[in-house]
Amino acid sequence: MISPLTTTKPVQTSLLSVRDLSVEFRTRTGIVKALENISFHISKGETLGIVGESGSGKSVLALAILGILDRAGHITNGEVLWSQNTETHNLLKMPEKKLRQLRGKELSMIFQNPRVALNPIRKVGKQLVDVLRCHSNLSRNQLKKRALELLASVKIPDPQQRYDAYPYELSGGLCQRIMIALALACSPKLLIADEPTTGLDVTTQATVMNLLKDLATDQQMATVVITHDLALASEYCDRIIVMHAGHIVESAPTHPLFSQPRHPYTAKLIAATPEPHKEFNDLIPILGSLPDLRREDLAPCRFISRCDRASERCQQEALMYQQVDEAHWVGCWYPLEV
Amino acid sequence: MLQVTNLTKFFPVAAKTPRWMPGGKQTQYLHAVDGLDLTIQPGESVGLVGESGCGKSTLIRLISRLLEPTAGAILFDGVDIGQIPVGDFSHSAQRAKLQMVFQDPSDSLNPRFTAFDTITEPIRRLGSKQDQRRLQQRATELAQQVGLPPELLSRFPHQLSGGQKARVGIARAIALNPTMLILDEPTSALDVSVQAVILHLLADLRKQMNISYLFISHDLNVVRLLCDRILVMYLGKLVETGPTDDIFNHPRHPYTQALISAIPAFEANPHRIPLTGEPRSPINPSPNICRLYGRCPKGDDGCQQAAPNLQPINDYHQVACHYPAYPQ
Repeated sequence: MISPLTTTKPVQTSLLSVRDLSVEFRTRTGIVKALENISFHISKGETLGIVGESGSGKSVLALAILGILDRAGHITNGEVLWSQNTETHNLLKMPEKKLRQLRGKELSMIFQNPRVALNPIRKVGKQLVDVLRCHSNLSRNQLKKRALELLASVKIPDPQQRYDAYPYELSGGLCQRIMIALALACSPKLLIADEPTTGLDVTTQATVMNLLKDLATDQQMATVVITHDLALASEYCDRIIVMHAGHIVESAPTHPLFSQPRHPYTAKLIAATPEPHKEFNDLIPILGSLPDLRREDLAPCRFISRCDRASERCQQEALMYQQVDEAHWVGCWYPLEV
Repeated sequence: MLQVTNLTKFFPVAAKTPRWMPGGKQTQYLHAVDGLDLTIQPGESVGLVGESGCGKSTLIRLISRLLEPTAGAILFDGVDIGQIPVGDFSHSAQRAKLQMVFQDPSDSLNPRFTAFDTITEPIRRLGSKQDQRRLQQRATELAQQVGLPPELLSRFPHQLSGGQKARVGIARAIALNPTMLILDEPTSALDVSVQAVILHLLADLRKQMNISYLFISHDLNVVRLLCDRILVMYLGKLVETGPTDDIFNHPRHPYTQALISAIPAFEANPHRIPLTGEPRSPINPSPNICRLYGRCPKGDDGCQQAAPNLQPINDYHQVACHYPAYPQ
């Protein structure tokens, strides 16, 4: 498979570039090929959306980048290049000790479902202080002051009082904001937000996303937004990667992706999403399901069983990325016409 | 079909002041649902929207009689089910007719029940003698009705996909041919690809069996597609009700306007109305202050002196606001 990265931007200009990353999970029932030859890059200040159904490998990708995969997960191929001050390091080869200094400080992550990710028996203020203490040498008073500032920066009303609250005492929206404050505590260069707004109401969702967007512009922070909500991704991201069953199927700037999707899967996803001006009959479900990733004889194109354009060629030849426009790549032999 | 009048549920909250101090013996109440009226006609599909914490879940627990109301009446098919004690309601005739589809099917299905057990459970408990004798046949019929391959009936929830679990939950709910279904975020745990299938299934079932739906969701795009009428709830009170098209095209209440403008879309809405701040506390709220006051862009002193009540704007549309918007 030819990756879209090798022929586009040189690695130096991007903050993070992932090349040919493959991850598999060795389970009792077989080897799950969760990610296969994933390549993408993200530059400073950019917001990149990763969309796809559940089970398409979005979260595994985030965990693999941070090096916090489950023990069953094995990175079998590829590199994750982190560029900083003209130096480039491969995160996958980095010693754990150095990686720990980077995680939470330069690279941080907003985990899915804040109620589960926060420590239930520790006050939220203390959790913030823990992160700050790990990466700085502030005094006790300074730590508390900084934690309060952070709580205020994510627009939590009455930070002084919330500092002493336990996660169960806070609403879903507030927990989510605590999670964001935690991730932003050390002004990271790269933030990976895994489903930052699931379970939030539309009004809170808009507040949280605007907050992330503002912070990204203010601090030139690169953001990776992982979501299955296409509409949300289209509103807040500069560029979008569509994933299906562990493959990137399409990668394009936001506007062309939604106005002229070239991969049949992207087009189907868009057709299945309810939208303000769509009628009930315009809502077209995607039939079939993700293939079993444990199978030995997986077709090179993993969308083949759900695709109505598939032919013999998709079954036989290795998947190839085609550049259909500047910065618009599609992993399909028969991309849709404009 | 269903008529709810002045339905109220207060939850006592532990006081912060110790009992021996002045004011320590006063119990405070969280007003989860506060004097709510609503009617649902046979075959009608009504959507209930509002933020989390506004009392949607309490309302449906009251209607499905999982909670005792503090005050008010729930008339279902002419019987005040609000008066039936919770214990008796579970085997009354109304129970069979009023069924519920729960939120996340992976959490709400019994992990030790196979799909067959789950679907036939209501029949075994409340079904007719005739149905009880032919459980197997009935389960297969129901599975076919919701598009679940009958060979999957012997599987446990962990062996089913998200969409299949949702189908099992729906099959269980329609097993007794109910006249009303309460759907609590039936698609929120599903992917868009599966969500579309389940929405089509729900729309078809309603047509075939002429069931009324009370559809709770915070995804307004979904509510718009499936419902004839919308109820907008904010901190225990209804703030606006009206036909779906009216509410979406000409929302009158500032809260509804903010809610609708916040719907994410492929083309971003340039006129988004922000709601700032946090909602007012639902504990012992002042009856004279509008509950949206403080977050509302239109709020002024008048909103602090008298809380607005639901007022009809026309025959179908009602709004609770001193300054409702007028359509351009």
